[in-house]
Amino acid sequence: MEVLSISVDSQFSHKIWQEEELSKMLPGGVPYPMLSDSGGMIGSAYGVYDEEAGVNIRGRFIIDPDGIIQAMEILTPPVGRNVDELFRQVLAFQHVRATGEVMPSGWQPGKPTLKPSKDLVGKVWQVWKPEMSKLI
Amino acid sequence: MAENTVSCVSPAGGPIGVPSQASAQAPIEKEVLKMSAKVGKPAPDFEAKAFKDGDFKKVKVSDYKGQWVVLCFYPGDFTFV
Repeated sequence: MEVLSISVDSQFSHKIWQEEELSKMLPGGVPYPMLSDSGGMIGSAYGVYDEEAGVNIRGRFIIDPDGIIQAMEILTPPVGRNVDELFRQVLAFQHVRATGEVMPSGWQPGKPTLKPSKDLVGKVWQVWKPEMSKLI
Repeated sequence: MAENTVSCVSPAGGPIGVPSQASAQAPIEKEVLKMSAKVGKPAPDFEAKAFKDGDFKKVKVSDYKGQWVVLCFYPGDFTFV
């Protein structure tokens, strides 16, 4: 899995941020490419460019090996993201791609999946309970 | 992923295969450009200048075909969250 971070800052700003701050949070700095979207044209194409503020808001896109967007999450600036949830979604989409099985609400790696079939119609209640979602 | 020469001013990257916003597009075409990312649909391709492996490079999202990619937009370097 490759991470690409992107903001309207220049690649020069990314270099200094990496060297002066990020490398002090994480030894060696962040290991992924830091992309520059001067002018916000890329953010506009992804629907995350805020023209009034002149910046890209927090949008995260999971793109599969065929180049298809499988998931997107867009947050306003004050709230940071949850890396555990990102990994959970990537693992789930990788599992779908490998097996064709589907993940019920709240699925975690190693938990039961569902195999869609005509026999499962109306019978999901037998194999999945709300408490398995951890939401209730 | 071509090397990117270091200069004060060089063309910004941007989406590939869509009309440039700079070239006086009608507003309706700008709307189309804004809405082009959808789940289940191809990720809009683009080229961007990047800081990568300690160097300045150009990166296309299509360079990563065959791999899972997480593309993360954020408001700015040196912000707090």
